[in-house]
Amino acid sequence: MAVASRKWPRLSRMQRHDLFYGVLFASPWLIGFVLWTVYPIISSLYYSFTRYDLLQPPQFIGLTNYINLTTDDDFFLVIQNTLWWVILSSPIGVASAFLMAVLLNSRIVARSAFRAIFFFPSIVPIIVVSSVWAFVLNIQYGAINATLRAFELPTIPFLSNPTVVKPTLLLIHMWMQGGAMVIFLATLQDVPRELYEAATMDGAGSWSRFWSITLPMCSPVILFNMVMAFIGGFQNFALPWLLTQGGPNRATEFFAVFLYRNAFQYLRMGKASALAWILFIVIVIFTVMLFRSSARWVYYRSE
Amino acid sequence: MAAETLTGSAATRRRRTIQPAELLGTIARYIILLGLALTFLMPFYWMASSAMKDDDQVFTVPPRWIPNPAYVGNFLSAWQVQDFNLFTFNTVVKYAIPSTIGTVLSSALVAYSFSRIRWPGRDLLFAICLATMMIPFQVRLVPLFIIFKDLDWINTYLPLVVPAFFGNAFFIFMLRQFFRSIPTELSEAAVIDGANELQVLVRIILPLARPALTVVALFAFMDAWNDYLGPLIYINNEPEWTLALAIQRMGRAMTEVGASANAYPYLMAVSTIVTMPILFIFFFAQRSFIEGISLSGLKG
Repeated sequence: MAVASRKWPRLSRMQRHDLFYGVLFASPWLIGFVLWTVYPIISSLYYSFTRYDLLQPPQFIGLTNYINLTTDDDFFLVIQNTLWWVILSSPIGVASAFLMAVLLNSRIVARSAFRAIFFFPSIVPIIVVSSVWAFVLNIQYGAINATLRAFELPTIPFLSNPTVVKPTLLLIHMWMQGGAMVIFLATLQDVPRELYEAATMDGAGSWSRFWSITLPMCSPVILFNMVMAFIGGFQNFALPWLLTQGGPNRATEFFAVFLYRNAFQYLRMGKASALAWILFIVIVIFTVMLFRSSARWVYYRSE
Repeated sequence: MAAETLTGSAATRRRRTIQPAELLGTIARYIILLGLALTFLMPFYWMASSAMKDDDQVFTVPPRWIPNPAYVGNFLSAWQVQDFNLFTFNTVVKYAIPSTIGTVLSSALVAYSFSRIRWPGRDLLFAICLATMMIPFQVRLVPLFIIFKDLDWINTYLPLVVPAFFGNAFFIFMLRQFFRSIPTELSEAAVIDGANELQVLVRIILPLARPALTVVALFAFMDAWNDYLGPLIYINNEPEWTLALAIQRMGRAMTEVGASANAYPYLMAVSTIVTMPILFIFFFAQRSFIEGISLSGLKG
């Protein structure tokens, strides 16, 4: 960039033309980037140092929001809930997406029908997902518990027991892995056939072909999906908010739910901004750690 | 087969010992697949079948899987519990259509600049554009709300529609990948004929990129149709609600004391109706859909 600007007067007519049109056509994103990303991020940092309830102008209070959080029991509960969720839901979600893709990639009839069935839940409106699952899992008359009761078996308190509710959300999460599954499927179909043929000739069974060919060839996409799952997991909001409102006994009060509550129910915009920045930094750290670790387990095909 | 048994060679004997294992594997695979498929479909079946029940059939053990009698009229009655025509109008005309138009136009323009014009700093900015997808929305949530509140845009669709005209990082990425695959000779020929950049984009690139543009339009429309968080934050005024907000109220009202009759069937009926457009879009555009999503993994 610096070199380019020093050369500015020496740009040819064609280069100036390209620069003008390039910037002009990119300008919607450039302007939007400043308006909807750069400015909000910076002002969010500023608000995190203030007390702001939307009614009075923001009042600068230094690090008070951050310091208060260190003695906030709610905050630590929310951190625990969120870490539980991220650490379990990301690998489990990615693994189930991967296994479904492997299953679909094997020699089967009606592959596209199965693919459609596994994919569809991921594009259904979240409000429908939550309404339907709330009914399916209803303690008395839901599809599952009414069946259990018919056989005089004990019912499962899917949404009303604090220790059961998180695994319940995990199950719904696994049901919604269509996006990652489709990405895996495309990757699997890209693995060169010859690799498998050569391995089979060398006497490799299907298990060792899976470990020594399929997994390494898919590892870059596993990394990609893991990163996306981590980022999404930290921001998990709509499902717990709609299905359980953070309950029962605040077992599903995740970071994003807590942040939303502080911002829009208690109008603590300053505290919410501090929470947002903590979340941002944690996500960056996790992503960097994941990429660092990837050198040890991700295999890149040399072109 | 008969000939093989007659000869009884070593080869057939070996094949006979492998076959049962292979057969078992295939059977196991289909059992898993079918079991998974049924599990995946069960909530949808429960939704659609419950939509046609009455309270007697809802509150019963064992659960009734096939509604009998089936109240097909529930779909109509449920639609009248609230002013769902208005909420559909809000969702489609005030939100989904304008935001889709904005997203497609702006993302195509930016993607053209990022793929087919060579200018200093382009690749760095594109990398930044991709990186913005990693920023949690919560960091922007509070300041954006404050901006839109100061602009007096709360309870209007402007906070949801206006930003769509400034490009969407994911769609810019998708379209850029597609635009790059179009041979440069085509646009060079047009430039020699005296076309400017806008003419090249409109007359050459966009017609060729129609499949990709369709996918982006479908995704953008679905994002708006499915959106819950955006309307939750910016739309509080009931006449301005989207379908998602109206369904949320229906669900909440159900758990309150003195819930009205047929609350579950009606909620399921409206949920079914709202899912239908997504099902149709997916059914008719499955191929381009799946290709579009697969593309996002190429970065990995």
